[in-house]
Amino acid sequence: MLKIGTKAPDFSLSATPDQKISLKEFKGKKIILAFYPADWSPVCGDQMALYNEMLNYFHKHNAELIGISVDGAWCHLSFSADRKLHFPLLADFEPKGAVAKMYEVYDDSIGECKRALYVIDEEGIIRWNHLSPVGINPGADGILDALEEMDRPK
Amino acid sequence: MSLRPQISDTDHIEGNVHALIELVEYGDYQCPHCGRAYPIVKRIQEELGTNLKFVFRNFPLRNVHPQAMKAAIATEAAGLQGKFWQMHDIVFENQNALSRSSLLKYAKVLELDIDKFTIDITRSELRNKVAEDFESGIRSGVNGTPTFFINGEKYNDSWEGDDMLNFILANYNH
Repeated sequence: MLKIGTKAPDFSLSATPDQKISLKEFKGKKIILAFYPADWSPVCGDQMALYNEMLNYFHKHNAELIGISVDGAWCHLSFSADRKLHFPLLADFEPKGAVAKMYEVYDDSIGECKRALYVIDEEGIIRWNHLSPVGINPGADGILDALEEMDRPK
Repeated sequence: MSLRPQISDTDHIEGNVHALIELVEYGDYQCPHCGRAYPIVKRIQEELGTNLKFVFRNFPLRNVHPQAMKAAIATEAAGLQGKFWQMHDIVFENQNALSRSSLLKYAKVLELDIDKFTIDITRSELRNKVAEDFESGIRSGVNGTPTFFINGEKYNDSWEGDDMLNFILANYNH
């Protein structure tokens, strides 16, 4: 994974079939990047469902959540509608996995993102990272601890 | 992963409050897996008797289970009339019927003061209590439902069948 303290590489990916989102648009906010293997697979479903319930906790810390997988924008649209997700899912679809590779969380053997989390600060610096075994939902306690630590007066 | 915060008197505790074995469940009343775990927990309670205290904390996934929050609030409202566990049981035994009218029907079955109950389910304190349970679950590393903690430590193995009972018997029952 990319090291804590390094600049988070910028990217621009489709959030919907006709809308792109780039990381630099979020300057001034904290960003939680949640790379996950695939829409519809049971553990990711739970992980994204859990984060979906937590958006207000993230917002309290001026943080936005972004999900990223190699699924296409139409697949994300359908998955997001089914699970009533209230945060963007980005399609790292073409060239496949390019952003995941840049963030060193691409699994070449299966052609999917690993299950990995980055927390990026308001200036675009990586402040926390976590790699989870693919079958294990990492929960959100690590993210919340990181956000709190970042908000603590120095 | 440890339970944060530990069990306190704001929790709903069933069984012997002085028991040395503490089982905590984070659950969602509309979650089918929690429904399956319900009789399994009952069996553990039966088997361990006064050696066990059982605590239920709410972890409603509201977007996936739109009735889970209301059901949780209904159990808390029943709790204000001393019947939390009776409502907890009736709700898990009727998971497919959790509309407002169903919840009112259960309140009547339990002979609750219905006027008080209908006011209480609108109170923000009860909603906040459920939200605090949810937040404590997040802090404790809950990542889905049901999640169990045994004596403060997250239980990551299977809870199906007699698996969790056998684990407790092997590790905690002295």
